[in-house]
Amino acid sequence: MEPLIRIRGLSKRFGQGCSRCLDATGPEQDTNLCPHCGSVMACNDVSFDLFRNEALGVVGESGSGKSTLVRLLHFEWEASGGGMEMHRSAGLSNLPEMFTDGSNYSCNLLGLSHFQKRQLRNALMGIVYQNPHLGLRMQVSSGGNIAERLLGAGWRNIAKMRERSAELLERTEIPIERMDEPPCNFSGGMQQRVQIAKALSNNPLILFLDEVTTGLDLSVQARVLDMIRNLRSEFNLSMLVVSHDLGVINLLCQRTMVMKSGHVVESGLTDQILQDPQHRYTQLLVASQL
Amino acid sequence: MLMHEWLQKDDEPRSDAAQSAGYPFGFMDEGAKKEIRRSILKAVAIPGYQVPYGSREMPIARGWGTGGLQITLSMVKPDDILKVIDQGCDDSVNAVNIKKFVATVASVAITTDTRAATLIQTRHRIPEERMNDQQILVLQVPYPEALREVEPSEMETRRMHAEADYSRMWLYLYEDIVKYGEITISYRYPVTVNGRYITDPSPIPRWDVPKLHMADTLFLFGAGREKRIYAIPPHTSVEPLEFEDHKFRTENFFGKACARCGATDTFLDEVIDNAGGGRSFFCSDSGYCDKRSQAWNH
Amino acid sequence: MITVDNLSKSFTLHILNEKKIVACRDISFHVPPGGFLGLSGPSGVGKSTVLKCLYRTYLASSGAIRYNSAAYGSVDLATLPDRAVIDIRYKEMGYVSQFLKVIPRVSALAVIMEPILARNGVSRDAARKRAIGLLERLRIPSHLFDAYPVTFSGGEQQRINIARAVSWKPRLLLLDEPTASLDKDSVGVVLEILKELREEGTTMIGIFHDTKLLESVTDSVYQVNNIVRHGFVAG
Repeated sequence: MEPLIRIRGLSKRFGQGCSRCLDATGPEQDTNLCPHCGSVMACNDVSFDLFRNEALGVVGESGSGKSTLVRLLHFEWEASGGGMEMHRSAGLSNLPEMFTDGSNYSCNLLGLSHFQKRQLRNALMGIVYQNPHLGLRMQVSSGGNIAERLLGAGWRNIAKMRERSAELLERTEIPIERMDEPPCNFSGGMQQRVQIAKALSNNPLILFLDEVTTGLDLSVQARVLDMIRNLRSEFNLSMLVVSHDLGVINLLCQRTMVMKSGHVVESGLTDQILQDPQHRYTQLLVASQL
Repeated sequence: MLMHEWLQKDDEPRSDAAQSAGYPFGFMDEGAKKEIRRSILKAVAIPGYQVPYGSREMPIARGWGTGGLQITLSMVKPDDILKVIDQGCDDSVNAVNIKKFVATVASVAITTDTRAATLIQTRHRIPEERMNDQQILVLQVPYPEALREVEPSEMETRRMHAEADYSRMWLYLYEDIVKYGEITISYRYPVTVNGRYITDPSPIPRWDVPKLHMADTLFLFGAGREKRIYAIPPHTSVEPLEFEDHKFRTENFFGKACARCGATDTFLDEVIDNAGGGRSFFCSDSGYCDKRSQAWNH
Repeated sequence: MITVDNLSKSFTLHILNEKKIVACRDISFHVPPGGFLGLSGPSGVGKSTVLKCLYRTYLASSGAIRYNSAAYGSVDLATLPDRAVIDIRYKEMGYVSQFLKVIPRVSALAVIMEPILARNGVSRDAARKRAIGLLERLRIPSHLFDAYPVTFSGGEQQRINIARAVSWKPRLLLLDEPTASLDKDSVGVVLEILKELREEGTTMIGIFHDTKLLESVTDSVYQVNNIVRHGFVAG
């Protein structure tokens, strides 16, 4: 089976860069800050595949580049280099110019115009952030937050949008009576669930989860994680799960990548990464787990 | 003196006075007029798109119609017949002021009759009588940006227009419906021009919005303080933002008629009699009301 | 069905100054389809290691694990790409570990129903029936069906673990001390269930601490008794 998305050589540099950046940063140097020019190599030559209906974990500590990775793939930041190709089966019929000469894969999506990227993002991707303020409009009703994505996709019927919002809120265990309330009134766990509902509203192919349960109470965390587990199989999603918590990764993901200082140091089956870590840093991470 | 008397007065050629004082035809220099005409051409070529331009100093203050005035002065020809209205009224102080000024610097004839005018400058209303393809309507615009209500940043609204990223405007309307059961915007109702740009039709009432759609006339919009010009060319689709199950509605004057001319199909102003406390309604379009009353009386 | 050829596994602990630990060395055996191989040997000699290498939880250091996959044909599990391993685990190869991996907020019944629903395409009702059947046979009290296994005793947890692995009828089943924490009666039930699975064609490789049990249940026994310095099993 061919991967849904192929990422090759993805890089993101903050700062002007110099010829020594690549050698002076990385896991061996234990930094992503270039001492010569002060640039930050947030992501350096990251390559991987994401398949349909799988959860891929990305684990690493602060500064590993894992959140940068999500921002790049979600088209929020411009990559400094690298390619992202999508399989033909993703059904991007409204952007035929992306597929040429009979290849199974699209052109490099990172090179598309802002307009095209936004269309792609609206059609195929959903994201849930650690901080709900990033993913939600706090002053807009939670039904409205969900409706925003539908409106962006061209829905123009209020009753149908409210029906869909109600469906999603129910699925994420939020009482429908609170559909017209803004999320600023909700608890942290509930805000996360509104984010999840919003992310799923347009039936995305790919869901990005950026530290979604960090900072939540344990019982709330369990509920959110359980929901995510069920949603994946129900909605046939591909998920990229970013976390520094190995327990979360273990619960949700079959495959995992370990990042440090902008590089992927190891990747493989989640249980193999946790029980037979090969790279020095992964061993340190696993040994440090509570 | 009354308006019609003033109009018929045979003044000494006022434009001579202006010319001998050193003002060019139309008050603005040729360079200014050229820039504004070019901006207008660009606006016509991209219906609904706000074209930035260098807004000149005018002898009236910003916020009093300098945008509309600059367009009028750039377009006016000696054989034009000019009508100026303010909230539909030919007699208001501002309308008269502007009329006098343009007549002075461009020696054009003045009228209150919509059908007779070739160029009409208006604040916040479109005349009731349908205009034809030989006429131009210039609208004064205070806030050209339709998205300002949802986004305060100019950079961001420009990006939203460029990328046709209008979901936040639609969200605003959705929230209105959820909170109040209907869209509560009364004037400056956002419209989609030529299926592309969301445009602010200026503070005209909802009543006037349908007049913009597939009209025979060229509509020009000038915002002097904000330094933007935009246009809706003839035969252009202008669709108010609406939902399938919450359609656009105009104001409703069922059961009411103009106390002066009896019209039941015009936009009516409500007037409260301070002394008696009674309410009466009058046509907002005073020129049209005059015509009807005259016809009625004859 | 599965042929292990000179399998060796050692760990290099970078964080302990590159300390190298040999977990098992030069393991070779063959299991025919439908067969049941037992792995025996003293504690710490590397039996669990072998199973984990087969399941790909451990990356073999050298050697080959030739498996006759229904989906992929004859493959070497030691070098197979991750995605294929996931697929095989999902469709063909099951693993009963020593301890139940507890998933929060999932009831005992749901834990067993999940794999059936996911793989065999049966209806919820049918899956529920089968799951309840297994739980009853394994003598889990019915009031615990809706409870969360995290609160169960070790023996109960292990029975849930076994039920989960056998419920979807894998082609190859790896068993790591499945009966270690069970009482005699439970052991009997588990062995019955395993026997039924075998009759339906499942191939098995198992570790049992009780030698008598091992010999009675398996067709053949492989003695893991290579010399190892430390019987270190990570995780």
